[in-house]
Amino acid sequence: MTADTHGAANHGAARYDAGGDGLALPRYPRPVGVHPPLDSPEYRSTQLRAPRQPLVPLPHWLTEVTGPLLGAERVTAADADLTTRHAGEPIGERIIVTGRVLDSDGRPVPDTLIEIWQANAAGRYAHQVDDHLAPLDPNFDGAGRCLTDSQGRYRFVTIKPGAYPWRNHLNAWRPAHIHFSLFGRAFTQRLVTQMYFPGDSLFAQDPIFSSVPDPKARERMIARFDLDLTVPDWALGFEWDIVLRGRGAAVFETEEDT
Amino acid sequence: MGHRAARPRRGRLRDGGGHLTLPITPSQTVGPFLAICLPWPDGPFVVPEGTPGAIAITGRVLDVAGDPVPDALVETWQADERSGFDHPDDPRGAATPATAGFRGFGRCPTDAAGEYRIVTLRPGPLPCPAGGTEAPHLDVSVFARGLLDRVVTRIYFPDETEANAADPVLAAIAEPARRQTLVAGAVPGGPPGTFRFDIRLRGERETVFFDV
Repeated sequence: MTADTHGAANHGAARYDAGGDGLALPRYPRPVGVHPPLDSPEYRSTQLRAPRQPLVPLPHWLTEVTGPLLGAERVTAADADLTTRHAGEPIGERIIVTGRVLDSDGRPVPDTLIEIWQANAAGRYAHQVDDHLAPLDPNFDGAGRCLTDSQGRYRFVTIKPGAYPWRNHLNAWRPAHIHFSLFGRAFTQRLVTQMYFPGDSLFAQDPIFSSVPDPKARERMIARFDLDLTVPDWALGFEWDIVLRGRGAAVFETEEDT
Repeated sequence: MGHRAARPRRGRLRDGGGHLTLPITPSQTVGPFLAICLPWPDGPFVVPEGTPGAIAITGRVLDVAGDPVPDALVETWQADERSGFDHPDDPRGAATPATAGFRGFGRCPTDAAGEYRIVTLRPGPLPCPAGGTEAPHLDVSVFARGLLDRVVTRIYFPDETEANAADPVLAAIAEPARRQTLVAGAVPGGPPGTFRFDIRLRGERETVFFDV
């Protein structure tokens, strides 16, 4: 993949745009047409909670180009395996979810905290507010975390979450998904998203999945089944790369100027 | 965007006009069940409670009807009291926190009344790349069911009148009433060093949110 070589070439070589006053800051170009519009009426709760006023552009200055670098003290190796934290094994299809965290310049994002949470195999969250008539699993709490390695790689072992109904509209069902929270290295890169599974029949009726306007961008939320990642007689393998905002403009301008 | 020179260059980006080489992953809502993973026991404490000079910022997250949002997560990020960031991308150099245990980052879920609380230090002012000075502030992200992407705002301090008046981010907001939504309030009768910052997601007196 060309992105890998590109990332390797640039890894650790941040280029900066020289500003006035001697402060040279990285820039994170704003993605256009990728994220869902906050005001998405098909997803009903947006009408109670999403701002009506237009967002005000915020320059990328010191607070924005820095961010929390949360380290190993928050994570143990056991946190990446959601199937071995209780007395017994959880019910459901055991799966491996693995991939890389990259920025849009193709650089791996190493040592960054990933937090995930999900429903159990029956489509029920281990949360008091979830009143879906499906069983809880005493051997599954649905929360995991890990740090990416030096190449931006992560790997979780979990069980495949079930679909579940919700009250957005009559007969509304969420496609199976795993919530992912990522920090990157700058405030600008913070991302919370959801990973979906390939071929889910529930995509078309789901206003959250469909809130992403570009169909190609929607596909980037869907993991890929991979037989090579699948461990015989043990677990199905899925691969999902996550791409955070990068510092493309800074690289671009530096290249043009040299 | 104009067509770029055809001659290949080392490290040249490939998409002929745009800047991005890999398309980024879209945001999705945290949904109603973030509490099974995201809250940390020490999340609200940017510094340990009782740290000399610590301040507390409390507030409510409110919806269009003024009702509390009981399933939100509020995150804060800020400089330390000497205006430093312990981060390699700060061109002034990564600053070891002046106060031991200062993390810069805070995270607090809202409770049934929509309330959050962050214990931290007052950040110092910051130099702007274009000249001028940013008044002391915290960057804030709010996540909740019904928000398909985080919303970003800032907390400024009510007793920094001069610094706030010179702050370029505040100055870019034309309406004084809108600007005022970014300034915390003192807590009437509260102990010194306590501030209130309500976040109105939508509707009347809607908080200013930023495109970051």
